[in-house]
Amino acid sequence: MDCAICWGPRVTPEPVLEVRDLRIRFGGVVDAVRGVSLDVRGGETHCLVGESGCGKSVTALAIMGLLGRGAVRSSARLAFRGTEMAGLSEREMAKLRGDKIAMIFQEPMTSLNPAFTIGSQMAEVFERHRGGGRRVALDRAAGLLGRVGVSAPGLRLAQYPHQLSGGLRQRVMIAMALMCDPELLIADEPTTALDVTVQAQILRLLVELQRDLGLAILLITHDLGVVARVAHRVSVMYAGEVVESAPATDLFAAPSHPYTRALLACVPVPGVVRRDQPLGSIPGTVPRMEPGFTGCAFRARCRYAMEVCADDVPLRLQGPDHRYLCQLVV
Amino acid sequence: MMAVRLRLGGTLLGAAIVLFVAVLAVFAPLLVPHDPFAQDLMGRLAPPMWLDGAQAGHPFGTDQLGRDYLSRLIYGARISMLIGTATVVTSGLIGITLGVLGGFFGGLVDDAVMFVITCRLSIPLVLVALAVVSLVGSSLTVVVLTLGLLLWDRFAVVSRTTTMQVRNLDFVSAARAAGCSRIYIMWHEVLPNIVHHLVVVATLEMALAILLEAALSFLGLGVPAPLPSWGLMISEAKDYMFFTPWVIEIPGVALFVLVLGINLLGDGLRDLLGATRDA
Amino acid sequence: MLTYLLRRFVLALLVIFTVLTISFALTRLSGDIAVAIAGPAASAEDVAVIRKTYGFDRPLPVQFVEWVRSAASGDLGRSYLYREPVSELIRDRLPVTLKLGFAALMVALLVAIPLGIVAAMREGSLVDRGVMLVALVGQAMPGFWLALLLIIQFGLRLQWLPIAGAEDWTGFVLPAIVLAFSAIPALMRLTRSGMIDALSSDYVRTARAKGLSRASIVMKHALRNAAMPVVAVSAVQLGALLGGSVVIEAVFALHGVGFLAWESISKNDFPVVQAVVLFLAVIYIALTLIADLFNAVLDPRLRAA
Ligand SMILES: Nc1ncnc2c1ncn2[C@@H]1O[C@H](COP(=O)(O)OP(=O)(O)OP(=O)(O)O)[C@@H](O)[C@H]1O
Ligand SMILES: [Mg+2]
Repeated sequence: MDCAICWGPRVTPEPVLEVRDLRIRFGGVVDAVRGVSLDVRGGETHCLVGESGCGKSVTALAIMGLLGRGAVRSSARLAFRGTEMAGLSEREMAKLRGDKIAMIFQEPMTSLNPAFTIGSQMAEVFERHRGGGRRVALDRAAGLLGRVGVSAPGLRLAQYPHQLSGGLRQRVMIAMALMCDPELLIADEPTTALDVTVQAQILRLLVELQRDLGLAILLITHDLGVVARVAHRVSVMYAGEVVESAPATDLFAAPSHPYTRALLACVPVPGVVRRDQPLGSIPGTVPRMEPGFTGCAFRARCRYAMEVCADDVPLRLQGPDHRYLCQLVV
Repeated sequence: MMAVRLRLGGTLLGAAIVLFVAVLAVFAPLLVPHDPFAQDLMGRLAPPMWLDGAQAGHPFGTDQLGRDYLSRLIYGARISMLIGTATVVTSGLIGITLGVLGGFFGGLVDDAVMFVITCRLSIPLVLVALAVVSLVGSSLTVVVLTLGLLLWDRFAVVSRTTTMQVRNLDFVSAARAAGCSRIYIMWHEVLPNIVHHLVVVATLEMALAILLEAALSFLGLGVPAPLPSWGLMISEAKDYMFFTPWVIEIPGVALFVLVLGINLLGDGLRDLLGATRDA
Repeated sequence: MLTYLLRRFVLALLVIFTVLTISFALTRLSGDIAVAIAGPAASAEDVAVIRKTYGFDRPLPVQFVEWVRSAASGDLGRSYLYREPVSELIRDRLPVTLKLGFAALMVALLVAIPLGIVAAMREGSLVDRGVMLVALVGQAMPGFWLALLLIIQFGLRLQWLPIAGAEDWTGFVLPAIVLAFSAIPALMRLTRSGMIDALSSDYVRTARAKGLSRASIVMKHALRNAAMPVVAVSAVQLGALLGGSVVIEAVFALHGVGFLAWESISKNDFPVVQAVVLFLAVIYIALTLIADLFNAVLDPRLRAA
């Protein structure tokens, strides 16, 4: 099995994506994201893991500027290649989206437009950002479909989404995201809908593409097996916060936050994750965060919970590049 | 916030209009200043009080036969409300029975119900209503029965789809398992759970029935003269409408406001009761 | 798809047969039809002659079979009043009604779709409330009354448009606007709710993630999906408009099929009434079939099924 180290880090020092203190509030009553910070460098895969509902998808949508109405976003910095995106107009954001920044959504069944063919939906991104006419765009689409392992790409281009299985649709979504050679790919659980063999194939493809194109990938997943295989860096989210962030090897070797440790508790030998063990086998559920909450959000479920946990939580450093949010010093 | 307040305001306004017209209708004999049928050929087409030359005692003026317009308008409210409610009761009985049966039993019964609904929808409504009234002879009862026999389609469609949704819910299955008779289940379990949708349909149908009655009467094939149906008032007055436009404006506004009120109330009830917009 | 269409077709035939029965029954509602035709002044002999000439002396089932058989072969009977075959009468009057119906549908779509889209794009805003208010007003407006108001204003006061008849296209302007009013609320609400669903859908989010222009997102990706039910309902609305044109044709003295029907009803010309009811029903059924076909073209999921 591949591991993160084997591909050799061609990671650029400059972050492609910088997020500092991102906050998202829904309808003034739900704090879905509470101060997330993360960097993704060129050629790096940054995995965002956490239980269902902890705010992973919302974070991704916020980066893309795709939050719906009713959501309020704020951030100290939200920069793509050093350019602050928070101040960009919708039109300027649209220029980046699909071209420099691409996203694959969690819901492959509903994310393609039922009324148009695969070919027309894939081609229009290219035409929009690169021009060059439909023929060129369709040729490129067929090539990419071939690369993501779709058989008979020419035939698929003429088909409609409903004629494709979930796995094929997800591969179409991935190919579509790659139409303009993006620099940053945000992939929200791209493999959840797929069976294990296809999953492995897609992951291998992403790794390949990254090696070829120097792609920066923000990969959202539930699956620690996936993390172990592709991540350079991991951020663990809990209730809208990144509670621990570290290079993948450090995180598996020395998990510091009690939540991370609980997540990894099922792992018999450090570094080897059983594939059938998803997140969320910790008793209790993620609490709904309301404005005004202080202290550690995990304390209700934490076996080390103390009285101080109700106070503001300090950010601790475990190594030069390994930080976590907890009262405990490991 | 603004939108919510507007919505609530609309509902209250609608309720107020409907209540007001209902009170006028019920207490018409006590409220009218004059006999609505008494002609006064000397005092014809007296303008209403907001125009020059108005006559004392006729705040809304008089019609082409010198009858007091306000009194006729109030009696007209009676006719509209009567037509509206009676039609809704008749069509509701037919439509809800069909819809609940089809939705509850499914299969062949449902196919038959769908067929009947399709047939009803393909019949040109206004034309058949006109023809029936013309052939049977125009009277209030005939108009009510005709409209009632024609306007049940939305009741049927909505009660059918909502019954289908309710049919598979736990408490209905439980009642079925407990051996309750089907009639009992439909009456005691299904109907109470779809009635909020039906209330909304009832407002829509009431509005439609009132508009249709007015149109039939306008064409001379609805409520017979000298009954002061608003549609008939407009029809009788239309020869004078160029020089004295208020003769058609007053009953028309009354009709418009009443139907608007019913629709506002219906929209508000829909939100309040959480009913579907339509089937 | 084919079996579905076949089923729809058989169903349509059954519905037509039922309407045939109803339209036959309709004209026998009045009791003795011969008396009605002869009019109040006729003597008993006159009535007897009429009864004999039109075959009313035969048993009802025989008359019914006769009516079905001739209707199936395209013979809808002869008008008592015009002494002409009804089918020819309808054919002569049809262009006026069709022009009116299509013009009204065009006006309705041109008003309803843009307003519905705008309202959906700003759901909950004052613009949205305003559009919904237009729908409410349209729903509450009695068509014949609106017609009279427009006649007073544009026909009599300003004298911009004719108040009756249809010598040229100007005669259709007011009737088409009035008739359109009855279709606007439903079409507008449908466009609005369809667009609201589409705009909050995952595929529109994908379209935004692709960086497409706002125009392409709204007018292509969202509208295409929202349009499907609107198309279906437009066809049904056209049927309703043709049926509802009776009142408007009567007010504006437009000599279309509606006017013919109204005239025949008031003059007891039963074959015409019977035939127009049947004719409009057939048109309605055909339109719903066409709507299904249209939807199949627009919605690739249906095309394959
Ligand atoms: N439109 C919205 N309005 C209100 N709350 C929302 C909205 N969208 C998301 N949330 C809330 O934000 C929180 C985070 O949701 P998000 O979809 O990001 O979770 P997730 O981590 O992606 O979960 P999953 O693994 O199931 O995809 C949830 O608690 C959800 O209830
Ligand atoms: Mg998610």
